Amino acid sequence: MTRPLLEVKNLTTRFRTERGTVTAVDGVSFHVDPGETLAIVGESGSGKSVTALSVLRLIPNPPGRIENGEILFDGTDLLKLDDPGIRAVRGNKIAMIFQEPMSSLNPALTVGLQVAEPINVHRGTPWEKAYEAATELIGRVRIGDAASRLGSYPHQYSGGMRQRVMIAMALACAPRLIIADEPTTALDVTVQAQILDLLKEVTRETGSSLILITHDLGVVARYADRVAVMYGGRIVEVAPARELYARPQHPYTSGLMASVPRLDGGGGRRLMPIEGQPPDLASLPPGCSFAPRCRAILDQCRTAKPELLQVADRHAKACFAHV
Amino acid sequence: MTLAIDIPATSGKTERNGVLRFVIRLFREKPLGAAGGVIFILFLLCGIFADVLAPYGMNQISPRNRLMAPSWAYPFGTDNLGRDMLSRCLYGAQISVIIAFTAATLATIISIVIGIITGYLGGKFDLVTQRFVDAWMSFPDLIILLVVVSVLGPGLPQIIGTLGLLLGIAGSRIIRSAVVSVRENMYVHAAQSIGASTGRILWRHILPNIMPPIIVLFTTRVGTVILAESGLSFLGLGVPPPTPTWGGMLSGSGRTFMFQGPWLALAPGLCLTIVVYSTNVFGDALRDLLDPRMRGSR
Repeated sequence: MTRPLLEVKNLTTRFRTERGTVTAVDGVSFHVDPGETLAIVGESGSGKSVTALSVLRLIPNPPGRIENGEILFDGTDLLKLDDPGIRAVRGNKIAMIFQEPMSSLNPALTVGLQVAEPINVHRGTPWEKAYEAATELIGRVRIGDAASRLGSYPHQYSGGMRQRVMIAMALACAPRLIIADEPTTALDVTVQAQILDLLKEVTRETGSSLILITHDLGVVARYADRVAVMYGGRIVEVAPARELYARPQHPYTSGLMASVPRLDGGGGRRLMPIEGQPPDLASLPPGCSFAPRCRAILDQCRTAKPELLQVADRHAKACFAHV
Repeated sequence: MTLAIDIPATSGKTERNGVLRFVIRLFREKPLGAAGGVIFILFLLCGIFADVLAPYGMNQISPRNRLMAPSWAYPFGTDNLGRDMLSRCLYGAQISVIIAFTAATLATIISIVIGIITGYLGGKFDLVTQRFVDAWMSFPDLIILLVVVSVLGPGLPQIIGTLGLLLGIAGSRIIRSAVVSVRENMYVHAAQSIGASTGRILWRHILPNIMPPIIVLFTTRVGTVILAESGLSFLGLGVPPPTPTWGGMLSGSGRTFMFQGPWLALAPGLCLTIVVYSTNVFGDALRDLLDPRMRGSR
């Protein structure tokens, strides 16, 4: 087995708020293999974005703080790097794509300059050379007439085009890992598919790994190799995508599956919502965070937090019950 | 999937015409502000070319033509020593231009440096620095000016330096608040995520986006500085005579001979009023047009 490209161990990120300390990410461990696409799914507030931001140490401090854990990227612990050290990783070895293409580009600079910037930052390439490289990158993300588009400003681009530009920026330094934080949430459905196909294609071309953060299970099924399901700041289940769909083990995962409409089979089947509300991170129950909403609840669920344990080959879940 | 998407070709040349289009917009939507801008530029030109434009020397005395009312030979009349008021107003404009632009530039630079650093870094550093700014702003400007001038003596460098510092520290508040709102934009986080250093983020991602308040701050500062300098000269603490300044003309011969020759006070007073008023309306118009919320609306 090859060494994982990224290995996150026991990551804990907390935020200080007016209502006390909130543990947004609570002892999360996962890994990403070279060339693999890992999807992190979960509802709003499940800690998936904070997990992603923590990897690049982009959590605003204060109020946020990574309290614990190790983030091993290619063997180095990113949490132990000094400031210039982590900056050399950002955008160079690990690139990030954000969910709001409308506001992720600087309105005062031309697109060309922004695509060229990572190259200038990390390789010290002079602007003219970097600009040439940007032309090539813009072509790779399927934006036609690249040379003349580079002189345009972001407001002259549509949302989908801007997300393409963000992908071009992410590709600029040929990163080993791309983290895409809900890259398609703000886009039209038709454009979503184009952007995800593009992401899949460029990661396949370059052999880089992808962490795809989403709340869309349809996206997961189509694009991810493995899936980590997050709930209340913890990973509750990890499995290869097919396995997860075929045999969800955690009651939350199976609840999610049941609540998604399907076009194939199950005609006339009623959608089964998960009862209750998403957990309030400021006042989590002492036991399993999902316990108040769980259909398969046991006595110990209310008092002890279940560990993420292997249940089958490459399949792990954090649940006491056997579903 | 190979899909090439075309967006309308609006790039390159049209962007270079941005300034021209902006000027047209200014005239169309803010005629008063545009008029202010024109007067502002005229004032600038008068100041720069005073030596060429002035029909007489600034201290050229002609005792036979004392206290002459405005006429074709002396459009603004003459003062008690027979000096041409038009020439003196033009040279006064020159002094005003020099002081206004150096002090306003100095003030703006100080504002940018303090504002951008405290605004971006935030936290305790911001809190402490801004309390010093509070303390500084609670002193009346004129008192500080008077203290500096009476310690160092009147003179251009002292006035420029003090005014620059005074207005610069006060203006840092405006820049800071602009930075605080720009800082939260996604593209600043995106810049962090590509590994840009703090300096690069400030220079390339924050500064271009706070240009509107900077431009407005600068234009309004020009008016403030002209007024402050005139106030000092009026009190006799500004640029020492015989250098003509608008404030000095108002207080000296203007006040003494107000009844024999009202034009002595009217000429510099009107110059002062018109120029300061026009910088203010010009600044206001710029602020309205450059407001990012109004950007894109035509």
